[in-house]
Amino acid sequence: MNAASLPSFLAMGGYAIYVWPAYGVFFIVLLIDWLAPQLRRRRLLRELRARMARQDARKERASRPSAAST
Amino acid sequence: MANWIPLWLHKLSSPPVFYRFAGTLRPWAIALALVLGLVALYGGLVLAPPDYQQGDDYRIIFIHVPCAWMGLFIYGVMGVAAFIALVWRIKLAEVVAMASAPIGAAFTFITLVTGSLWGIRMWGTWWTWDARLTSELVLLFLYLGVIALYHSFEDRRQGARTAAFLALIGVVNLPIVHFSVVWWNTLHQGSTIKLLGPSTIAPSMVWPLLTMVVATKLYYVASLCSRVRADLLSLEAGKDWVRQIAENEVRG
Amino acid sequence: MLDTQRPGLTHACVAVLRRDLTLAWRQRGDMVLPVLYALIVTSLFPFALGPESALLKRIAGGVVLVTVLLAMLLALDAMFRSDIEDGSLEQLMLAPQPLALMLGMKILAHWLATALPLIVVAPMLAGMLHLPAAVMPVLMAALLLATPLLSLLGGILVALTAGTRRSGMLLALMLLPLCVPVVIFAAGALAAAQEGLPWIAPVAWLGAALVLAVVLAPLACAAALRIALDS
Repeated sequence: MNAASLPSFLAMGGYAIYVWPAYGVFFIVLLIDWLAPQLRRRRLLRELRARMARQDARKERASRPSAAST
Repeated sequence: MANWIPLWLHKLSSPPVFYRFAGTLRPWAIALALVLGLVALYGGLVLAPPDYQQGDDYRIIFIHVPCAWMGLFIYGVMGVAAFIALVWRIKLAEVVAMASAPIGAAFTFITLVTGSLWGIRMWGTWWTWDARLTSELVLLFLYLGVIALYHSFEDRRQGARTAAFLALIGVVNLPIVHFSVVWWNTLHQGSTIKLLGPSTIAPSMVWPLLTMVVATKLYYVASLCSRVRADLLSLEAGKDWVRQIAENEVRG
Repeated sequence: MLDTQRPGLTHACVAVLRRDLTLAWRQRGDMVLPVLYALIVTSLFPFALGPESALLKRIAGGVVLVTVLLAMLLALDAMFRSDIEDGSLEQLMLAPQPLALMLGMKILAHWLATALPLIVVAPMLAGMLHLPAAVMPVLMAALLLATPLLSLLGGILVALTAGTRRSGMLLALMLLPLCVPVVIFAAGALAAAQEGLPWIAPVAWLGAALVLAVVLAPLACAAALRIALDS
């Protein structure tokens, strides 16, 4: 197959409507599978940082109670 | 003398060590998977000649067959990890078993969809109650059952152990299902058309197929690494090493 | 000293069985529900497919089997629920008697309370769909072997979901892969009998599977329960 026959390559001998959706499903499903844990990991770390920030703030408030209470 | 191997394995099963190990393994595995996958696609879609019987339609085989093998292979890995998790109560084995399930389900789903697309012309219909197709569908339901059971528990670890037990039941069940479906199929004399036997495949078709098999295995390793990393972070959220990672990633 | 106070194994088995059957009898309404459900589903088929006798005759066996299976699935959810809620299942786990045996008795009681009424009405359901009378004994044999098998398999799954709250749909999803062989062999026996072929082989397979399940399923059920309720 040479470079000039790109249209005929895409046509897949008339079976393009079967071959390319199959490859499309393959790549889309694996892409979702690849991105899902990455996004989850990022979200987990963001939540963890927010919790740590809250804990730090509470600790700071507890360390100087006189200014706030009276 | 050779007890550095168990020692190394013991160290590796500690979550922070495995987190770092998976972090270094992941980019290599995915890069190699992508390279091999592209080579296999070039070999399969461009270099391999059209089949004399099926024309270009058969090119679905280069993703269909590797995905079908991966669906079974990952179930095997999940079964082994589930066994280890239940017998030795190793946290990492639970995580690996549960992280494998969605990947295996994804591969099984791809197998079913690509098989149906292939079948439209091979069988004249996108679905037939062929023994292999039916077993594959049951395999997908097994995966979905494991995932659903895992997520129905509030306590992750308990959910993982329970779902691991279900995965082991599935290991016993799968051959029985396959046997019974084959028996059922011969009883009903289905309109099964035999696919090309592996022996009749030309070498120019075999090497892209095998390369794709290796690529999907490497992809599984990479995807498993990311999933295990995310799961370990959420399981060990209160521990110091996770806090350190959270702090470091603020700057990074 | 302790040994003399411990009741014998058969005594404990009978006690568990009697307790569960008494409980089931007090909730007679719940026992009727699966039967009613099976009746409704079976009567829906002629409405959907038309009252043609030849067609109904052909599908009768399969419809009755699937209907009984669905009705059992409906009742499966409740197998251990009240025992988990009132804590008696945890007492059973702490009891000196082997848990597997006790759970086997509970599954037997559940089978007697839910599957047996279904088997009793099955000839009527099959008759409504014009199943030939000659096939009726095969239907009964298939049901008598398949329903305990489903109860035993279901018992394992119910034990696995013991620690979760809503489990109805989850149970159906988990049971499907396990019940595929059971349905295939039971329906295979019926189909063979209807075509006048020898039907003993699939029934023998069902029997072999039942023997295996009677031995292994209570053990698996006990292991599953220990995993699911251990925290």
